[in-house]
This record gives sequence, C-alpha cells and structure tokens, in this order.
Amino acid sequence: MTVDVYVSRDASALSLGAEAVAKAIAAEVRSRKADVRLIRNGSRGMFWLEPLIEVSTPAGRVAYGPITPKDVPGLFDAGFLTGAKHALALGATEEIPYFKSQQRLTFARVGITDPVSVADYVANGGYQGLRQALSMSQADMVQAVLDSGLRGRGGAAFPTGIKWKTVLEQPTAQKYITCNADEGDSGTFADRMLMEGDPLVLIEGMTIAGLAVGATQGYIYLRCEYPHAYQALQEAIAAAYKARYLGTDVMGSGRRFDLEVRLGAGAYICGEETSMLESLEGKRGEIRVRPPLPAIKGLFGQPTIVNNVITLASVPVILAKGAQFYKDFGTGKSRGTLPIQLAGNIKQGGLVERAFGLTLKELLYDYGGGSASGRPIRAVQVGGPLGAYIPASQFDVAVDYEALSAIGALLGHGGIVAFDDTVDMAKMARYAMEFCAVESCGKCTPCRIGSTRGVEVIDRIIAGVDTDRNLRLLEDLCETMLQGSLCGLGGMTPFPVTSALKHFAEDFRR
Amino acid sequence: MVAALRSRPGALLEILHGVQAELGYVPPAAVPVLAAELNLSRAEVHGVVTFYHFFRQAAGGKHTVRVCQAEACQSMGAEKLTEHVKTALGVDFHETTADGRFTLEPVYCLGNCACSPAVMRDGDIFGRVSPERFDELLGEWRKDS
Repeated sequence: MTVDVYVSRDASALSLGAEAVAKAIAAEVRSRKADVRLIRNGSRGMFWLEPLIEVSTPAGRVAYGPITPKDVPGLFDAGFLTGAKHALALGATEEIPYFKSQQRLTFARVGITDPVSVADYVANGGYQGLRQALSMSQADMVQAVLDSGLRGRGGAAFPTGIKWKTVLEQPTAQKYITCNADEGDSGTFADRMLMEGDPLVLIEGMTIAGLAVGATQGYIYLRCEYPHAYQALQEAIAAAYKARYLGTDVMGSGRRFDLEVRLGAGAYICGEETSMLESLEGKRGEIRVRPPLPAIKGLFGQPTIVNNVITLASVPVILAKGAQFYKDFGTGKSRGTLPIQLAGNIKQGGLVERAFGLTLKELLYDYGGGSASGRPIRAVQVGGPLGAYIPASQFDVAVDYEALSAIGALLGHGGIVAFDDTVDMAKMARYAMEFCAVESCGKCTPCRIGSTRGVEVIDRIIAGVDTDRNLRLLEDLCETMLQGSLCGLGGMTPFPVTSALKHFAEDFRR
Repeated sequence: MVAALRSRPGALLEILHGVQAELGYVPPAAVPVLAAELNLSRAEVHGVVTFYHFFRQAAGGKHTVRVCQAEACQSMGAEKLTEHVKTALGVDFHETTADGRFTLEPVYCLGNCACSPAVMRDGDIFGRVSPERFDELLGEWRKDS
C-alpha cells in the first residue's frame, strides 16, 4: 500500500532545510524501492519542530522532527513508514498540545493538504463556501459577511461587510477585487503561510467576493520578498482554472471570475491600500488622499474591494458554516478567530489560530515557552513596526482589538515580536523612525521629513545631549506626525516611539 | 516583452520586473524606450524605477544576498550578523564584492520571523542564521558559483 509522507514547502521550513530532507527521503525511497508518495504540504506552524515530517498511518498522521538529511536513513531503518518509534518521534501530529488547543478555521487545511491540489482541497471541505454562495443572492452574501462580525485582518479592523456593501451598491459595470498580500510587518507571516499552505482558500474567498459585489476581475498584490508564495499561488490559480473554479463559467454557474497575481517591488508603503492601488496601476506607490474611498473609486477609478489575505481567506468558512458559526468565536466586538504569529526571541515560534480573547502572557509562555535565549522577556511589539511596545507589566492584556487599544497599543496583523532583557529600547525607538524614513512615500511632510528629524533627535538623546529638551522635542514631533500625516505610516510611527518612552524611560537616560 | 505585456492594465511594474529578470538591472537607456512604448513620459518611468527598492539601475553581482534588518530579526541578533556578513563579504550594503559574485542588500522582513535572523540569496531563504552558519553557507555558495 502506498504510504503518504509529508514534507513542507513552506518558506520557513525550507529556510531550515526542508528541501534537503525531501531530497534525502526521495533518494531513500528509490534505493529501498519503498511505495511512498511524497507530498509537499504547507506548515503546521510549529517552526521549532521544522523540518517536520509526517507519515499517514491507519491510526492517523504521525510526526517526526526536527529532521536533518542525516536522520533520514535511520528513520527508514526504524520503520517510520509505519509510524514506528524513533528518538525524533513526536506522536500523532494533532495531539501535539501546541496544535491541539488551537481553533483553526481560516487555517483549517494549512499543513494538511497538498496546497495546489484542487481534489485534495475539495476532499477537505474546500469550495463548500462558494457552492453555498452560488445559491444565494448578492445581498445575502454580503449580509452573511456583515453578520459574521469579520473585521479587516490586515490591521485597520474595518468591518468587512460594510466595505462589501458599499461596493455592491455602486452602479458601475466594472468593479475589482484586490487582495493586499504585501505583508511587510516584521513579526507577521500568516499571509505567507496561508498562500503557501492553502492558496485555494484565498482563491475561493476572492471568487465569493467577486460574485457578491459583481466584480469579474481579481488581483493579488504580492510582495516580491515572497517567491515561494508566488510559486504556490501561480500553481493553485492554474489548477483552479483547469478545474473550472475560475474563468468564464465558475462551477458551471455561467458566472465569470478571473484572477491574477501582481508582484510588488520592495516598498513597505504599498501595504497601505491606496498606495497598493497606485502600484497595481503600474505607478509609484504614493498614497492617495481619501475620500474618495477605494470602495467608490479604487483601482483604475472603479469601485474596488481591498481586503487582506486572512480576511478573504476567512470568507469561505463563513459562507459554508454560516455567519453565526463564525461569530460564536471571539469576544465583544472582536468576533471569530485570529491567526496570531509568535516571532522574534521566542522559544516556540509559530502560528496560533484561536478565538479572540487569549492574553499576551498565555501566548508568550503557554504557547511560546518563553524567550529563545532563556532570558526574561522584557518587551513585545504587537502589530508590526507601527505597533506599540508593551512592557512585561502589561502582559495580562487580552489580544483583541478593544483591549489592546485601551492600553494604547494595537493588534495590527496579529504579529507578536518578543525581545529579551538585552534589548535597548532607545535603539528600537530610533529604528522605528529610521524605518519610516526609508519607507516613506514622500507625499506628506510630517512623514517624509519628520522621520529623518526623529532619527536625529533620538541620536542626540542617546548621546546625552540636552536630554530633557530633546525628549520634549521628540514628543512634540511625534504629536505632529500623529496628527499631520496622510496615512498610517507617518501617523503610527510615533506609537513604538512614544510607548518606548513611556514604558522604558530609563533606556533614554544613560 | 513590452509587446507581450503592453496591453495589460498597469503593465509598467510587470515590464520592469521582466527587464530586471532578464538583464539583472533596469538600464537608464531602457527608460526612454519604455516611455515611448507605453505612452508615458520619461519622468514617469524614471519615477517608478527609482521609487521601488527592488529595482536596480546598475548591474549587480551574480547573486544578491539580502540580510533582514527588521525587528524580529533584531531581537535575535541581526545587527551582529549584519556586521559579520559585511566583514565576510568585504562590502557594505548596496555594494558588490570585487569578484562580482555577490551584491549585499538590506531587506525589511522576509516573513521568516519565527526563525530569525533570516537571510535570502536570490530566491533561497535561510533561517536561524548565526555568524557561523553564514560562514558555512558562504563556503557552499563560493563552491557553486
């Protein structure tokens, strides 16, 4: 009987040597004439165990890891194809506590299926949302998304259903669905994992969006730093066209939806929605002044949905299982689940999808296992380079939109970067300004000039020059950027700076 | 290439990607050609080429090595790694080694933040790269290029 063996094609797994492991397995299979089908899946998101190998046994999938090519002959000798014992055996994959305690809705198939196989996708619950959608009116589809409480997972947390409703109400013939896959925030990789591990769920979500608002063309705007995601998306889109889930006759409905991937070119600002639209039009990624909103006048001047990868990939489960099912997860105004990314100086980094409401402490210690260096975690940055630094005294905060906002922080795209006690917070504040200076599109003065002046002021503070005066000046500058910038880059760069000043004042007076 | 892509909406970025994939950079001489073909001004094309960090206006090395500078990698020693890489290659950022093999570039996040610090060579990604691990990798790269 053919045994299925899984080795991930996820970029993080590859970065730890998964390709060499896959090659070693293929070589052993040939020399031992074993009856094995090697499947390149996504990652389960437990990166301290990668490269992870899984084997399908009659009792379910069992895991071994982390594996190096040198371990492979020994695994065959030990009989891992039947799930036998081995020093690196981890038991049933789905019984590993880190994985077992999760509530995976958006990531339901990531790490499980062959990411580019439509048959595998359908066999594991795929395209049920689209099937359901095809039996509904446009207004009902939009209402389902509205009722689910889904909010934009890219960071702005705007109710997705309201955006869709606005686009639906435009009388224009040509509308667009655009997916913002310019995941530039440090500490975030959920979009990447999803596009590499289950790209078809994103394709399905965009197709549903197209049907719901009457758009026939979709674009995925992908950052060029993600070549592995690009490859997976291209393969999955080709497979979906071949199986007629994309194209002129979606699932035999007679309705059309076309989809293509466009590559960015290394500009953080293009994660801002209007800048992304400019870039998709082949222009400099300079932000647009709003209004008009993209939902009214977006790509090529037409009504356009701009949603993040995770937002769109959460739509199929909402349509398949109903708005109420999704809404029953979560708390307060933060409904559904959130794929949280544990990153930086953390022992067990990876992806944790859970209903909103876990505390930072649970995430950092119960899942993350504390710092990678073994030293105390002194600070975390939540929400990317524009997110606030949170001190250990506030680790009891719940990770949801409202609770974080109440302590002056933000959730952003759900990335959590841990720093141990060797971190110099004045340096991190300087970096926030420096990053803004490198990535500013230059359209507005507070961002373009303010960030450069910010670096200079912090340099003077670090050098101990006229500290009190320069600290006042820095706060004043932050206020100007916050109030006067056109978009979130200049407007939010002050968050890491002022939070570092507030919670780690001692680092600025040495 | 222009003929194949010109009719697509918003084609300039795609064409520039194509030019850079073919030639390794976007030569200034290509700007007026693209402008004429796409019915844009030279300033518009030049503006796009210079806006994006990824596009290069002069030839680089045979391979591009990118070292992540973002926060997650900083928390795991990216600063030390960067210094080491600069010394090992004998170049600063945006420079090419004397033998023409490697151009060193900073990058702001490779999405490998649970396996920091991260390095990319062309399309290949590497995680948990200590200075020692970088030396091993460089040894392998020198053999195959």
